[in-house]
Amino acid sequence: MAGRSMREAYGQALLAYGEKNQRVVVLDADTSSSTLSKYFTEKYPQRFYNIGIAEPCMVDVAVGLALGGLIPFANAFSALLALRAIEAIRSNICYARTNIKIVANYAGVSDYKDGPTHHSITDIAIFRALPEMTLIVPADADQAAAFVPLIGEMDGPVTMRISRAGTIPVHRGDEPLQIGKGIERRKGIDITIIACGSMVGRSLRAAELLEKKGIDVCVIDMPTIKPLDADLICEAAARTGAVVTAEEHSIIGGLGGAVAEILGEQQPVYMRRVGIADTFTRTALDPDSLMDACGLSVDRIVQSAEDVLKKKE
Amino acid sequence: MEKLTEAEIKKLKEISRELRCTSLRMIHKRQAGHPGGSMSAAEIVAILYFKIMNIDPHNPNWEERDRFLLSKGHASALLYAALAKRGYFPESDLEHWGELGCHLQGHPDRLKTPGVDMNSGILGHGIAIGAGIALAAGQKGMNYQVYTLLGDGECQAGLVWEGANTAAKFHLSNLTAIVDHNGVQLDGFVQEIMPIEPLAEKWKAFGWHVIEMDGHDIDQLFHALMEAKQTQDKPTVILARTIKGKGISFMENKAYWHGVAPNDEQLAQAMQELGEEI
Repeated sequence: MAGRSMREAYGQALLAYGEKNQRVVVLDADTSSSTLSKYFTEKYPQRFYNIGIAEPCMVDVAVGLALGGLIPFANAFSALLALRAIEAIRSNICYARTNIKIVANYAGVSDYKDGPTHHSITDIAIFRALPEMTLIVPADADQAAAFVPLIGEMDGPVTMRISRAGTIPVHRGDEPLQIGKGIERRKGIDITIIACGSMVGRSLRAAELLEKKGIDVCVIDMPTIKPLDADLICEAAARTGAVVTAEEHSIIGGLGGAVAEILGEQQPVYMRRVGIADTFTRTALDPDSLMDACGLSVDRIVQSAEDVLKKKE
Repeated sequence: MEKLTEAEIKKLKEISRELRCTSLRMIHKRQAGHPGGSMSAAEIVAILYFKIMNIDPHNPNWEERDRFLLSKGHASALLYAALAKRGYFPESDLEHWGELGCHLQGHPDRLKTPGVDMNSGILGHGIAIGAGIALAAGQKGMNYQVYTLLGDGECQAGLVWEGANTAAKFHLSNLTAIVDHNGVQLDGFVQEIMPIEPLAEKWKAFGWHVIEMDGHDIDQLFHALMEAKQTQDKPTVILARTIKGKGISFMENKAYWHGVAPNDEQLAQAMQELGEEI
């Protein structure tokens, strides 16, 4: 069910933004052919640094470049950034508040063929716990591309978590995009589904199936996980009285956890989290069947919505 | 090659002595801090801040300034003493080090303290961050130098060597690392905790120009730093042989004094040995 791959769109957008903004420098950790930072590299080799298989070092070199007044985009696999490089990210990007754009590629289970070592299902939890970090999880290829200039112009630490794969397209080319704001993709009064990344398109599919059952679903695309759009979440929860979250991430500490924190304190309603259960994933032959097997299917969203609605009644 | 005059050497020795006294007083007042590694690096920090570096205390963020990264961030008392003496902030601030409202943190914080070029505290980052700042000079067409001071125990961290690889790959001759090679770390002697020798051969193998010298000898330090500045095409590491706790008899070469504050009697004795009235 995939459209254009997110990494392809990102790679092209980075090249286009780097052409306009001469302060942009790009780093990679021997994955430029995978993250597709190579499009920039091929055109601007003098502004590209391949640091090799040394992600913490890549982060630190990016920190130094930022201290020198440049705008580094640091690219690597999300699992390695969130786990191996996280101390450098915490101490030298967040605490020291250096102006670096981390692009955490191959997020979730999108690198289906390489298995659990390469899957990144705890990165949202890790990145969003860091003070000063802004965390973006685009819903599709076009949205990922549209965020590139926005994060480049923003002063401060940002992580953009993108998928290797394509997702169901949801972004409309001319729609306004703002860091920190959710987008109501579908209006409804019975239940709200709040989703990020690849699960936005799946949630819209689920909403269509639920509509056939007479359930009127509001779907919110939440590309900024931090700072989270609490006003939109509370307003939708108050209106519908029931919430389901959906993310290609562990159910612990991700978007669902973040929404639960807001609702628990400000607008308690029944809710369910759709995500990867507290377990390691596995290898598969394609990303969609792996997502389905990991508890991220459209049917699972439908079922979770129905479960919450029963509680609400 | 430029030489230091006798008067300059005398002056820098006196500054080193003052920095030792100030650091110890700060650590005593706060009853926290790291005396051993502050005493061992006093001459290194003194010559950088009072002779070598092209800096302007009235304009701490001047884009073309030389940079100093205290990779061994636990020697923060020494750095703060030097910054205050150089005029980045009032020396009276030093008395409030570590207090909730004071800009002087346990470890350096660039956003809080004027003159601090980068945060540190977790060991191992100075070389890689220094490499990034050195690369930025190339992008911006600037000629500044980047200095980073690390401990010898710190050389046990893998990230140091990732950074060493990187600086050599990009031929960063504007990056100079100085290893405060005092042979002692928190838990004991470096060679017992986790051997790092032969350190000079290791740095050479990583593609660096290596200078070994006495890190308490002002004249030798000056020559090493001049040689580093003139070295082309590769970064330089100065392996500065030092004595942990240098200048205070009961602290010298003792791992115990890595991170313990002196009591009143110990401070009095230390000050006497440093030729200072308390």
